[in-house]
Amino acid sequence: MIHNQTIIKERPAPSSSVGAIAWLRTNLFNGPINTIFTLIGLYILYLLVVPTVQWAFLNADWIGTTRDDCSREGACWVFINARFTQFIYGLYPREEIWRANIVFAGFFTLIAWLAIPRLPLKRWVAVFALVGFPIVAYVLLHGGYFDMPRVPTHRWGGLMLTLLLATVGMVGALPIGIVLALGRRSNMPIVKSFCVVFIEFWRGVPLITVLFMASVMLPLFLPSDMSVDRLVRALIGLTLFQSAYMAEVIRGGLQAIPKGQEEAAAALGMTYWKRMGLIVLPQALKMMIPGIVNTFISLFKDTTLVMIIGLFDLLGIVQAALADSRWLGFSLEGYVFAAFMFWIFCFSMSRYSQYLERKLHTGHKR
Amino acid sequence: MMNKKHLVLLASAGAITLAGVATAQADTLEDTMERGAVQCGVSDGLPGFSAPDDEGNWQGLDVDVCRAVAAAVLGDADAVNYISLNAVERFTALQSGEVDVLSRNTTWTTTRDTTLGLNFTGVNFYDGQGFMVSRDLGISSASELDGAAICIQSGTTTELNLADYFRANGMEFDPIVFDTSEQTVGGFQAGRCDVLTSDTSQLAALRIQLDDPSGAMILPDVISKEPLGPVVRQGDDVWFNIVKWSLFAMLNGEEYGITSENAEEMLSSENPDVARLLGQDGNYGEGMGLEADWAYNILSQVGNYGESFERNVGMGSPLEIERGVNALWNQGGFQYAPPIR
Repeated sequence: MIHNQTIIKERPAPSSSVGAIAWLRTNLFNGPINTIFTLIGLYILYLLVVPTVQWAFLNADWIGTTRDDCSREGACWVFINARFTQFIYGLYPREEIWRANIVFAGFFTLIAWLAIPRLPLKRWVAVFALVGFPIVAYVLLHGGYFDMPRVPTHRWGGLMLTLLLATVGMVGALPIGIVLALGRRSNMPIVKSFCVVFIEFWRGVPLITVLFMASVMLPLFLPSDMSVDRLVRALIGLTLFQSAYMAEVIRGGLQAIPKGQEEAAAALGMTYWKRMGLIVLPQALKMMIPGIVNTFISLFKDTTLVMIIGLFDLLGIVQAALADSRWLGFSLEGYVFAAFMFWIFCFSMSRYSQYLERKLHTGHKR
Repeated sequence: MMNKKHLVLLASAGAITLAGVATAQADTLEDTMERGAVQCGVSDGLPGFSAPDDEGNWQGLDVDVCRAVAAAVLGDADAVNYISLNAVERFTALQSGEVDVLSRNTTWTTTRDTTLGLNFTGVNFYDGQGFMVSRDLGISSASELDGAAICIQSGTTTELNLADYFRANGMEFDPIVFDTSEQTVGGFQAGRCDVLTSDTSQLAALRIQLDDPSGAMILPDVISKEPLGPVVRQGDDVWFNIVKWSLFAMLNGEEYGITSENAEEMLSSENPDVARLLGQDGNYGEGMGLEADWAYNILSQVGNYGESFERNVGMGSPLEIERGVNALWNQGGFQYAPPIR
């Protein structure tokens, strides 16, 4: 009986259930309500995207050197162009910019070296990045040695200053945060209360207050012939502030490690530092990567607050440029540029943390 | 226990502060010469008064005061360390010695002059609250503003002055308050109000942010007094004199027709006023611990007050502010410098 029936040949799935059309139908147009919302959404998108593209690209002016080169129908990127060096290096003397460039190159090379898994000698590079490079960077940026003219810190600025503040803040806040988190879980009453007070104090005041204290009050308390550089003041304030946040993030990770882990390590005869360094912290830190990166990203964006104490970070130098009477009225372009730069760095950090999570995930994923 | 210890710490810090302020760098001139640069506090960006240009050099009317002091003291107008300060920290920075001259569009008031341990050295810009209106309205004086909708940037003195002025003149107005200058100018542009009020120096900067600057005009009426000038610490009279006379030298330079271009020729001038100012007849810098050519350095490197005004805020700049009350005394303004002799 069966052989009488012709076997139906394999046919491709109907066009309505595969490919782009099917995707559209299942995701955007399945049912009247979704269709309506999709259309409304598309309309809103149209309203937003078309003027933006027109402003930012089609009607924009790209070439020129003065405000007269801008038609004002669209964005005036000429302004960003003319000020680009300043946005990157701040008021750093033009003829000394090569020094900043070396530091930039070294900075990105080291980061890339540490981030790309294939490259060898990680440990030594890390040691150099933490010990050698800051000294090299300071000597180069600040000068005063090897016939390099001194460039006082109030001339540092732009993206360079933002990166400097963020990097020093991150590199400083992580170890201090770890120590504080361990201290807060300690059984020693003095250590514990110190850590609790420290964390709660710094977490309890807004960063802007910390910076104001550092820039307005501190100079009044110091003897008049002793002045702490305002960049250093900002760096210390920023680092201590962020380390308190970091401590709580890390404490969250420490609490997630079952007590048995530490007890087992203790049973093997490990000392406190070995238990922490080899067993508990590696697991806790790995688990807290999203939280740590979150803190880093917020620190990166918080650096813009140094503007209020007269340091020209990326946003600050953009604002200062907006006050040049030859370039008045291009605030939108300036802010869009600053936002874009910040987005690039924050987005890269976020992507790298996701990569790190995938790489380090060893059975914790659900 | 903890608290007590804290109190002791605070008290000792306070004592150091008081001692510090009393003797705060009594010899600013010597320190400046040793450092080779004048520590000058400027605004963190104010059109025409202080802002970095495309090359990163500070430019502006307030900046020129710093440059004048540097020229007088060190003979080099570029020997200035510019410290940008916001409105809150400017006085602290001066009191604590972080800056030696504060040239940051600071209004000279009794409170500031008498209670902060500071001295105002003069006025480099007579500012005051004014009005900008659309040319289409056909208004030529503030007295015709009865019933107008007025855009204000929130900020107590501006609002207060406005209310006082309208009450005193028996007129009504409808305030529309904005947070930032960009929003204010946007509101004016969009027609939310007929009039925009702010200090006249700011109005000029706001005006060129309009799509059509020529469609708006600034009324001649000024309803408040905002004399802006450089400030120094109290207790160092030599330094006070230097800053004061640096500004006077610029004003006298304009009065006698000495510009940055002709300063060198003027050295051989027969005019006794010019000869004294440029150090060709007597040494008038001696009393301040300066060289005889102090004023020559100012005028040749920075220029006279008129040049500085035109270049930064006047007709030679995008701001196009009229000289008005900032003209010299013999040209219908207030700017008057004591003679050099």
